[in-house]
Amino acid sequence: MVQELVMGNEAIALGALKAGVSVVTGYPGTPSTEILETIARRNPGDVYVEWSVNEKVALEVAAGAALAGARAMVTMKQVGLNVASDPVMSLAYIGVKGGMVIVVADDPGPISSQTEQDTRQFGVFSKLPVFDPTSPEEAYAMIGQAFQYSEKYQTPVLFRPTTRICHASVSLEISSERAKVAPEGFVKDPKWVIFPRLSYLNHIKIEKRNEVLAEDFATYKANEIIAAGDFCRKGIAAGGISYVYAKEALKLLGVSCKLFKVATPYPFPERLAREFLQQVDEVLVLEELSPFIEKELVYLCGKYQLPVKVKGKLTADMPCAGENTVENVKEALAKFFGLRIQTVGEGQAQHGEQAIRKQAEHTPPDIQLPDRPPVLCAGCPHRASFYAVKKAMKGRKAVFCGDIGCYTLGNAKPLEMVDTCLCMGADVTMAQGLFRVERDSVNFAFIGDSTFFHTGIPGVVNAVYNGAKIVLAVLDNSTTAMTGNQPHPGTGQTMMGSISAKIRIAKVLEALGVKHIALVNPFDLAVTEQAVREAADCDGVAAVIFEAPCIQLFKPAQLYRVHEEKCNGCRLCVKELGCPAMYMEKKKAVITPALCYGCSLCAQVCPFGAIEPLRTDGGENR
Amino acid sequence: MNCILTGVGGQGTILAAKLIANTAMAKGLQARTAETIGMAQRGGSVISHVRIGEEVYSPLIPEKTADLLIGFEPAEAVRALRYLKKDGTVIVSKTAIKPAGASLNEKDYDVSKVLAYLKERVGKVIFVDTDSICRKCGSAKVLNVVLLGVAAASGTLGFTVEELEETLHRMLPERNLAVNLKALQEARIFAADCPI
Repeated sequence: MVQELVMGNEAIALGALKAGVSVVTGYPGTPSTEILETIARRNPGDVYVEWSVNEKVALEVAAGAALAGARAMVTMKQVGLNVASDPVMSLAYIGVKGGMVIVVADDPGPISSQTEQDTRQFGVFSKLPVFDPTSPEEAYAMIGQAFQYSEKYQTPVLFRPTTRICHASVSLEISSERAKVAPEGFVKDPKWVIFPRLSYLNHIKIEKRNEVLAEDFATYKANEIIAAGDFCRKGIAAGGISYVYAKEALKLLGVSCKLFKVATPYPFPERLAREFLQQVDEVLVLEELSPFIEKELVYLCGKYQLPVKVKGKLTADMPCAGENTVENVKEALAKFFGLRIQTVGEGQAQHGEQAIRKQAEHTPPDIQLPDRPPVLCAGCPHRASFYAVKKAMKGRKAVFCGDIGCYTLGNAKPLEMVDTCLCMGADVTMAQGLFRVERDSVNFAFIGDSTFFHTGIPGVVNAVYNGAKIVLAVLDNSTTAMTGNQPHPGTGQTMMGSISAKIRIAKVLEALGVKHIALVNPFDLAVTEQAVREAADCDGVAAVIFEAPCIQLFKPAQLYRVHEEKCNGCRLCVKELGCPAMYMEKKKAVITPALCYGCSLCAQVCPFGAIEPLRTDGGENR
Repeated sequence: MNCILTGVGGQGTILAAKLIANTAMAKGLQARTAETIGMAQRGGSVISHVRIGEEVYSPLIPEKTADLLIGFEPAEAVRALRYLKKDGTVIVSKTAIKPAGASLNEKDYDVSKVLAYLKERVGKVIFVDTDSICRKCGSAKVLNVVLLGVAAASGTLGFTVEELEETLHRMLPERNLAVNLKALQEARIFAADCPI
């Protein structure tokens, strides 16, 4: 046993390896990405691991492995589950043979996501059990238990960490042991083939099974009532990270009470919950996203006619959106326990022993601070691509449909080149819908290379076949950049370390019947602008593939600097490009050498030729 | 010990948080950290939380309880001041990073005002001339190790510069080691002339 600093996502991966997982698939997405990356990095050699092209594909590959008796895991973020929902819903009826864990990371906040959806609700919808860890340590043990339950009940199970568990690190003892699982192999049986009659029969079985499972979960040790504050008739029910916030806040407040920890929100551990409700008159429920535990408790109070007041999101005692913090939990607890919160400096009088001192929290600093939203990196090829399209379409009516990835950041000033963004692949298709109504507009669809393989291709087929006129702008930076440079079919690499033949986007488009395909280097501004203008004048689907690697894939060879005498302070470079390496100082443009990536775009934009290559020893001085 | 590290995405706060946690763990202490990973890493405000010791539950540091705030950028240090406890220490780089937006809106970001604000509001604050130290080391990338070195030398991290050095030897790849050891040495020299 070695103690390591382990991130929640690494803990999940290491726990799965310990449990003998042998097939792991997924699609990258914050906050889930590091789970699969850790499996690949710590692969003992006999685990098959792949970044699949999308979550539906990943889930089906894992399902196939589980049907053959292997322990399989699939990882994704919450919106990825929407993509995978078709196979999940049906697989719930069919079941599995080997243990199968579907890890779906939720993102309260949201910090890096489109939605604040709650995967626990998906458990109810699909009737699949849900495991909800409260810490990285618990996640490490729980993932193995999830495999055990999956095999015991022959069903896939959902495992749902949230951002603050995925991206928290802890000191953890990691076992080098590994469960031996020898897959029996696929055994032919009509039960693997979904049919209406079978679904009806399995539906009955699932409902009965979930009753048994709820009873089983009532004795699962991760679900527990922590008895404290003997005479207190107030209790807290909590799940996920909110449980540790509750523990921290109780410590800060110096209060103790009964604490009901819910580790399996579905099927709800009813017997244990009822036991808890019988010991209290009032409950505060602490959870993120939806009022899930809260509704279960309200339901049980009705079902068993228990006179318990349940407070939480539904009673506006907790916020209905956003993530929890120790602060908002502490505040809610103070109110719940009737503790007076006093601002330090408000006066020395303390009302009773339990008065709480609070130092003017949430007061923003009384000084103007610059906003700092995320931006496209200095040297990012997307900036050049967006800028070229913007220039080429100047004076023409055009709509720019965007998509998910770093290039969503093209929406910010000064580029303002993302008019729509919905979900993976929706740029290609929404542009077609716009075309059906906005005939006089040039409708652009911006799509990244990984997104193209994810869900972009069916949209292109649809556009070609149905004769839509759109400009397909493929931003090919040779990687899945936003999530940290994962390979995809266009890169030629796999997570098994092997090299595959690259699938060329241009060839795919050609095969799909796209007649006009232009390949450009976006850092050649004039040529790129011209290529965009030509594409905009084509009928049907016209594609421009902007090929330039993400800056994370190489080191810059040549930086640029502003020649002070030649710069006349027109600000054009700063105003047009919004490059984070550039700013104005004393009416002159300045380039920060530590940030410059030598893309040369500013030099091409400057009307006075004032930006020129910087002589360096090859980028050493960074 | 609660420590906040804050700066701009790409400045190296995540590695710095790891170095602190690993150094503490080498001394047999428990560590818990929380990171900003995702979209904000593209030049946005980022914050790392590091908590050392037993009886720590939340990965996030509750407001007003940080013993130490390491600011990789002055405005970001001010933004995170709500975490600092009453007599907590701030160690901050004097070098501003202008957001792309600041140049656009012509709202100038006046770093001297921000530094003056920190001086006025924080009892214990160390301003680090990271620019000149990094230049001496020949790399802007050692900013994180420079700030950690100053923090360790000031005694606020609960471990020494030597203990931090051992962690660098253990964790950094060979090719980056020399420049980071140099950074640590420069930090030590800076801290010796600059008591709190």
